[in-house]
Amino acid sequence: MSATHQASWVGAVQRLALLVGGTVFALVLLLLVTGHDPSVALRALVRGAVGSWYAFTSATLVRAIPLALTGLCVALAFRAGLLNIGAEGQLLMGAAASAAVLGTVGASLGALALPLALLTGVAAGAAWAGVAALLRQRFGVLEVISTIMLNFVALYTVGWLVRGPLQEPTGIYPQSASLPKAVQLPLLWTGTRLHVGLVLAVLLAIGLWWWQRSTASGFRLRAVGQNPHASATIGRINVARVSVLAFLASGALAGLAGAVELTGVTFALYENLSPGYGYTAIAVALLARLHPLGVLGTAALFGALQAGGNAMQRDAAVPIALVNVVEALLILLVIAGDRLTAARSARA
Amino acid sequence: MAALSAPAERPAALALRGVTKRFGDVVALDDVSLDVRAGTVHALLGENGAGKSTLMRVAFGLLAPDGGSISLAGVPCTPPFTPRDAMARGLGMVHQHFSLVAAMTVAENVALGAAGRYDAAKVASTVRAIGDRTGLVLDPAARVGDLPVSAQQRCEIVKALARDVRVLILDEPTAVLAPDEAQALLRWVRAFADSDPSHAVVLITHKLRDALAVADDITVLRRGVRVAHGPVAQFTEASLADAMLGPGERSSRVDAEVREAHTPRAPAADQAREGRDVLHAHQVVIRDTEGITRVRDASFTVHAGEIVGLAAVEGSGQHALLRAMAGLLPVAAGRLQSPTDVAFVPEDRHRDALLLDASLTENLALRDAGRRSGQLPWRTLAERTTALLSARDVRAAGATAIARTLSGGNQQKFVLARALDDAPSALIVENPTRGLDFRATAAVHDALRAARDAGLAVLVYSSDLDEVLAVADRVLALHDGVVHEVARERDTVGRAMLGVVSDASIANTERVTFATRTPSPGASA
Repeated sequence: MSATHQASWVGAVQRLALLVGGTVFALVLLLLVTGHDPSVALRALVRGAVGSWYAFTSATLVRAIPLALTGLCVALAFRAGLLNIGAEGQLLMGAAASAAVLGTVGASLGALALPLALLTGVAAGAAWAGVAALLRQRFGVLEVISTIMLNFVALYTVGWLVRGPLQEPTGIYPQSASLPKAVQLPLLWTGTRLHVGLVLAVLLAIGLWWWQRSTASGFRLRAVGQNPHASATIGRINVARVSVLAFLASGALAGLAGAVELTGVTFALYENLSPGYGYTAIAVALLARLHPLGVLGTAALFGALQAGGNAMQRDAAVPIALVNVVEALLILLVIAGDRLTAARSARA
Repeated sequence: MAALSAPAERPAALALRGVTKRFGDVVALDDVSLDVRAGTVHALLGENGAGKSTLMRVAFGLLAPDGGSISLAGVPCTPPFTPRDAMARGLGMVHQHFSLVAAMTVAENVALGAAGRYDAAKVASTVRAIGDRTGLVLDPAARVGDLPVSAQQRCEIVKALARDVRVLILDEPTAVLAPDEAQALLRWVRAFADSDPSHAVVLITHKLRDALAVADDITVLRRGVRVAHGPVAQFTEASLADAMLGPGERSSRVDAEVREAHTPRAPAADQAREGRDVLHAHQVVIRDTEGITRVRDASFTVHAGEIVGLAAVEGSGQHALLRAMAGLLPVAAGRLQSPTDVAFVPEDRHRDALLLDASLTENLALRDAGRRSGQLPWRTLAERTTALLSARDVRAAGATAIARTLSGGNQQKFVLARALDDAPSALIVENPTRGLDFRATAAVHDALRAARDAGLAVLVYSSDLDEVLAVADRVLALHDGVVHEVARERDTVGRAMLGVVSDASIANTERVTFATRTPSPGASA
């Protein structure tokens, strides 16, 4: 057992090194092709991502938190064989519900307001995923389609909320009123923007990892994801029940990401609250091979890429779209590589 | 094509010379030659994996050989030789797994792959003309998905004939048919070969009986090598079995299995089974998940310590019946008694029995995972898996081996071992040896008999009647959702599978059943 564990640790480290190396290589190539000076651009990128304690904590890690939570959301769903592409919408609904609770009854609850806001986000994310789960179970609607569509519904719902019921008192800006200090997530280090959402994400990743490998219910989730027919026939598992619960749990994680982002970073609800975290989460989960602990690593990598990409755009005038291209290339490479290894091991 | 009048002087309809085919390091075909004389039926025999289908796929242009040559009617086939070329030169192949579009009509399926415009009326008249000429009658407007398996097979053959095929390759054509349907097909094969001096049929089969009944010549492959060939008169069932299995490999146990499979015993009325009722059905009606009635009337009992065989043509309701007995499907009416610890081995092990990309330990944990809670005892499960592998002679790299890496025979042995691991009181198996070679089949049959001898109630369904007869103590025939217990005789069961149940065969069986149960009349009261 310990030998295989060691091997998987070594494999994970090798993998991360390969990912970082691949990223740099692809980026340099793209920079050369588009006529930028790679040394200037890369220096800006590294400076923006890990160049200082502040950059690392306040830019990279702060971005890694929602990526990790939504990455866990996607990884959990994919592990159960559910193609939940709706992390973005579930995140937005989590943030919206959280803002609504804080905006209405928040002040009267004192110390309970923050936990309640987070739980509301969790519930809203689960409920939003539940719509897709219901459509799938009752009417056989493919969850890929329904969750993508629900992303747009969520986006426009937020758009309406911040121009209507939840708009700030002056009625000028399309956003909710700023959260008072009392209901903001505490910071981990003063002088940075790093909040306790990081602890939440790490604990959840460890918990999910342990649950999936050790418990009967976690095993059922993996079994249903691998082969629902055998799960029903040999395992006598209620596949529909496992699928629905997995969908709800997955949505809950994205909803939490929304509530954490609202109370830890933006302090107000607005339409561009998420720069597509829920979509990047798919890449985060796939690159981690759906492993909860791996998600922490890939979320940090993508957080660094986006933080560095912003700096690169600012300091070296390289469009951030280039970073997005690199991200997409990475996913394609990793998926192709996985298929190749799978084909090779199947032949052996 | 010079005018050669005497049939003996005609060039071989299909000739393969020294064909060699490798897959990686595995030599699938080693210098194999085959001469299919015009106007004859040529049986190609061998175990699963002997290379029969591979050889014919080479002949049909689906695989490029690494060595050797092919010729059709004396004209060499120069590479690249594709199925399109093969068909253009009058070679047709009907695969074991049909390549029909279920949602389309017979006529549309026949027209598929042809060039130009689809003229429904014209294709329909072609289908009818072929029916008149050859006796393969089909309704051109029928949807293929609605047809029984035997008619789908006719459709495959008609598809080939519509392209003016003269040399027809049939891959295990009788595997999916009831005995009478199989007889009819073999008669048709004979007639097709006799009807024109340019016609010929290659019959791929592992059924010695079929080969001896219909073929003019026989070629036997073993592990990719031609080990015997010649006119049918040279062979007997015993000599063919010898050739297929190889003298060095043929143990007395395998020998007994050959006899059992190919010469069914008399009904085992003397083996009085007096065990308690374990599985019991009384006027059971079963609907599948779509609400279609699959079983209309099933009444029977399986006692502890006996193997009851279920014989049926594909699509008779056996799928639903077995799953209901295993507690996986509710009954719509009637009474069904089945213990909670019943073990079920489904026919499609890749789809329904295994997590192919998980370890064997995880696959062991899968059994009844729906009833577990809390943490899984992985260490104990791994130890039990290791013990299981050695106790049941499953060849695997260990408990951590991924299920996909095991051979089909070892996967099935593992699935059976897992089913028997918790000492269940009943075992239900569905086509337990599908796709397995001879030795693996014998091992599975031994495991079933061992389970019976250990006191389990065993219910076996097989689409191969010979397998049912080889392992069962009593036989049930299922036709169109109705179960009859019938005498354990090949002809009687074969007719019952097609719905022909004479009063004599039932009455006789009831007497036998009654006689065996008289010692314990109080058991059911």
